Amino acid sequence: MNSTITSTEENVWGGGDNQPLGASYGKMMMWFFLVSDALTFSGFLAAYGFSRFKFIETWPIADEVFTHVPFTHGSYPMIYVALMTFILIMSSVTMVLAVDAGHKMQKNKVIWYMFLTVIGGAIFVGSQAWEWNTFIKGDKGALETKGGRILQFVKADSGERAALKDFAITIPGERVEHENKNGVWFYDEGYVPSYSVKEVVKGFKANSNILVRTETINEEGHKTLLSRGESLKKLENATQVVEGANLIHNEYGSRLFGDFFFFITGFHGFHVLSGVIINLIIFFNVVIGTYERRGHYEMVEKVGLYWHFVDLVWVFVFTFFYLV
Amino acid sequence: MSATAHAQVDGHEEDHGHHHHKETFVTKYIFSTDHKMISKQYLITGLIMGTIGIAMSILFRMQIAWPGESFPIFEAVLGKWAPGGVMDADIYLALVTIHGTIMVFFVLTAGLSGTFSNLLIPLQIGARDMASGFLNMVSYWLFFLSSVIMVCSLFVEAGPAAAGWTIYPPLSALPMAQPGSGMGMTLWLVSMAIFIASSLLGSLNYIVTVINLRTKGMSMTRLPLTIWAFFVTAIIGVISFPVLLSAALLLIMDRSFGTSFFLSDIFIQGEVLHYQGGSPVLYEHLFWFLGHPEVYIVLLPALGITSEVMSTNARKPIFGYRAMIASIIAIAFLSTIVWGHHMFISGMNPFLGSVFTFTTLLIAIPSAVKAFNYITTLWKGNLQLNPGMLFSIGLVSTFITGGLTGIVLGDSTLDINVHDTYFVVAHFHLVMGISALYGLFAGVYHWFPKMFEGKMMNKNLGYVHFWITAVCAYGVFFPMHFVGMAGVPRRYYQNTAFPMFDELTDVQVLMTVFAIIAAGAQLIFLYNFVNSIFNGKKGSLNPWSSNTLEWTTPHEHFHGNWHGPIPEVHRWAYDYSKVDANGEYIIPGQDFVPQTVPLQPDEEEMHH
Repeated sequence: MNSTITSTEENVWGGGDNQPLGASYGKMMMWFFLVSDALTFSGFLAAYGFSRFKFIETWPIADEVFTHVPFTHGSYPMIYVALMTFILIMSSVTMVLAVDAGHKMQKNKVIWYMFLTVIGGAIFVGSQAWEWNTFIKGDKGALETKGGRILQFVKADSGERAALKDFAITIPGERVEHENKNGVWFYDEGYVPSYSVKEVVKGFKANSNILVRTETINEEGHKTLLSRGESLKKLENATQVVEGANLIHNEYGSRLFGDFFFFITGFHGFHVLSGVIINLIIFFNVVIGTYERRGHYEMVEKVGLYWHFVDLVWVFVFTFFYLV
Repeated sequence: MSATAHAQVDGHEEDHGHHHHKETFVTKYIFSTDHKMISKQYLITGLIMGTIGIAMSILFRMQIAWPGESFPIFEAVLGKWAPGGVMDADIYLALVTIHGTIMVFFVLTAGLSGTFSNLLIPLQIGARDMASGFLNMVSYWLFFLSSVIMVCSLFVEAGPAAAGWTIYPPLSALPMAQPGSGMGMTLWLVSMAIFIASSLLGSLNYIVTVINLRTKGMSMTRLPLTIWAFFVTAIIGVISFPVLLSAALLLIMDRSFGTSFFLSDIFIQGEVLHYQGGSPVLYEHLFWFLGHPEVYIVLLPALGITSEVMSTNARKPIFGYRAMIASIIAIAFLSTIVWGHHMFISGMNPFLGSVFTFTTLLIAIPSAVKAFNYITTLWKGNLQLNPGMLFSIGLVSTFITGGLTGIVLGDSTLDINVHDTYFVVAHFHLVMGISALYGLFAGVYHWFPKMFEGKMMNKNLGYVHFWITAVCAYGVFFPMHFVGMAGVPRRYYQNTAFPMFDELTDVQVLMTVFAIIAAGAQLIFLYNFVNSIFNGKKGSLNPWSSNTLEWTTPHEHFHGNWHGPIPEVHRWAYDYSKVDANGEYIIPGQDFVPQTVPLQPDEEEMHH
C-alpha cells in the first residue's frame, strides 16, 4: 500500500460497507446517468456551435426573433424567455427546500415544496409550448430566394421591420389553398401563405418606403439593408413567401436556426416534461407517506438531482440560443 | 480453503443474505436478476450474433476472391439478392455493413463486456449481486430486443442497412439513396437506440457496483485488473455512447422530419432536395466521438481478461500492476480526444489533423506499457499453456502487430496514402477485432467452470481451436496489409475494373481460404462449448489455482454467490509464487495465496 494515503481514506475506499463517495448506489447511478445525459446535450450544443460558426455571417439575431410576450403586442426582446428561465430556476430553489425538508423528515413541507416545483415546471413547459407556437406562426413574414436565402422588409423612414401585410397588395383571383374536401386529391398541399410572391413584389414596388434586408450581418452587427435599386434586383430571385418557421423554411433566416431551435428546446422540453411527471409521481408518494414509512426521503433527493440537471441544461441552452 | 468448507457446513442454518425464493423457470432462466444467469444470457446471445456476423464475412470474402462467380450457397442464403448464384452489389454492401455492426456492437461490446462484467464484477469484488439486479435484467432484455430488431432488418424487402457500419449521411439520411437506406436503415437506427439504452443501464450498474459493493479489504488497489478494465470500460461507455445517441437522433430528424443537420445541396435524379446548410462532417465528428472510444470499450475488457488469465497461468504476479491501472485510465482518457484521426481526408481543417495526430500517437505510450508488461509477466514464468493462456498470448501478439500499423494510420501524412484501403481493414481487425475475440475466448475457456457449475471445456479441442484460429487469423489479415498498400479500396464490390489490381486476386483467394478455415475452426469451439455445458468434466473448485474471489464460491449457482458471509480480502490478487525470506512458498506446497488468506506472521505485503 502507498504509505502516503492516510488511514481514514484507506478505510473509506477499503471495501466493506463503506460508501466511498458518500452516496448510495442509487444516487450514484443518477449522477452517472446525468453525466451521460449531459454528454448527449453536449453533442447537440456542439453540433449547434459547429453549424452556427459555419454560418456566422448570416445567423439570425436572437433579439429580433424572440420579441413577444403573451397578452401584449409590442416588441420586448428576451423578456418572456427571461421570465420562463426565472420560473424554472425558482422551481429548482423549491426543490432544494423539498430535499432539505426531506432530510428533516417534515412531510408537510416536502409536500408543499414538491407541489410548487411541479407547478413551476408545468408553467415552464406551457411557456415553451407558447414560445413554439409563436415561433411557428411567425411574425412579419419574408421572401425566400431561389438559393434558399431569406429577404425581410424594413420601413425606410423608421427603420422598423415591415410585415408583409403592411404593404403587400392583394391581387384578386389568386387561387386558394386546396383542401381535401374539394377534390380527388387526397394529399394536403403544404400551405398557401397569405400573399403570393407577386403580391408582395407589387406591394413593394408601390410603396417606396420599404427596403429589403438580407441575412448578412454587417460590421456593426446589424443585418444588411439594401437600397431601393438593389432591393428590386434581389426580389427577382424570390421564389416563395415564408411566414413563420418550421423544420424546412424559416422566415427568421437560416433554416438550421429553426432546426436547432426546435430540436434542442424540444429535447430539453421533453426532459422538463418527464421531470414534471416524475416529480408528480414522487409528490403523490410523499402524500401517501411512502417515504415516511421508508424512513428517508432519498427518492426526493434523486429526482431533485434530475430536476437541477434539467435546470442547468436550460441555463446553457438559454445562454447559447438566446443570449450570445 | 477451510473457510469455504466451513461456510458450506453452517451456511444453511445462518443463511446470510441469500434468500430461498421459490424460483420458477421464468425467473431463473428468462427474467433472471442473477448476474451469473444474465452473463450467460449475454454470452449466448453474443455467440449467436457472432455466428451470424462471421458467416456474413465468409460470404463477402468469397465475392471478393472470386468476383462475379456463381455459388449455389449464395443463392441458397441470399435468395433474390443472388440471382443465378451471383452476389448482387447491394447485398454485398449490406453484408459488410451488418457484419461490422454486429461484430463491433453486438459481439464485442455486449457479448464481451456484457458477459464478463456481469459474471466477474460481483464475484471478484465479493458482492452478492450487481447493485441493481432489476436494471441489469432490463439491460440484457433491451440488448436482446435490439439484437432481434437488427436480425429482423435482414429480412425486410429492400434489404438491411448498407451504408457501412458508420452509417454516414447522406446514404443513411435519405431513404431513397440506396435500397438499404429505407426500412433497413430505420430498423438499424431503432436497434442501435435500444442498444445504447441497454449499454447505459449496464454501465451504470457496473460503475456503482465497483465503487460501493466491494467486500471488506478489497481496496481499489487490490482489485483484479479485470475489474479495473470493466470499470473504466463502463465509464467510457457512459461518456461516449450518449454522443452517438445525439448523432442518431439528429439523423432520425433528417431522415423523417426534413431537417438539414447533416445534409446540404443534394440532387437526386436531377431534382434538387430542399436540404440546405447541414454538414456530413458534423455527423462524422459526433459519430467518431463515440466511434473511437468504442474501440477501447471493445478492447479494454479483453486486456483486463488477459491480465488476469496470464498472471494466473504464468504463476507470476502481473508485472507493473499500478502501471497497468494507470495505462488503462490513460488509454480511456486519450481515447476521447483522438476521434479526428478517422477524418483526415474528410475535409476537416488540416491543422486539426496535426493535433489529432499528436494525441493519437500519445496512445502508443500506455499501449506499449501494457504490451511490455504482458511480456515481462511471461518472462521466466512457469507457463501453464491452457487454452485460455494461449489465447491471451495470442492477444498480445495481435495487439502488437495491429498496434504498429496504428502508428502509420494515426499520422495524417501517412494515413492519406492508405486511407480507406484494406490496410485500414487489416489494422483494425487485428488490433481490436481479433485481439478482442481472443480476449473473449480466453475468458470463456478460463471462466467456463464458473459459468456452468464447475464443468470444464475440453482442453484438446481448445488447442485445436487456438492453433487453427491463430494461424488463419494472421493468414487473413497479414497479407491484407500488402493488398491495402497496393491501393485496393475497402468496401468495393469487385475490383475487376482496375487492371492494376489483377495480380492481387491470388492473394485475395488466399485470404478467403484462410477465412473459411478460420470460420470452420469456430465450429469446433461452438461444439466444445455446447458439449461441455452438458457433458463437460467437473473440475475442482479452483481449477486454475487462482487467487481471486470467484474461486471461493461453490460450484452450484444460487442468488447470493456465497453461503454464509462474504469472504474478507487481505491481499491483492496476484500473490503467485510468493516466497518468504527463506525462499519457501508462503503456504507450504502451494504456489498461490488466495486473496482471502490473511498475511502470515512473518510475511510482508508486496509494495506493488
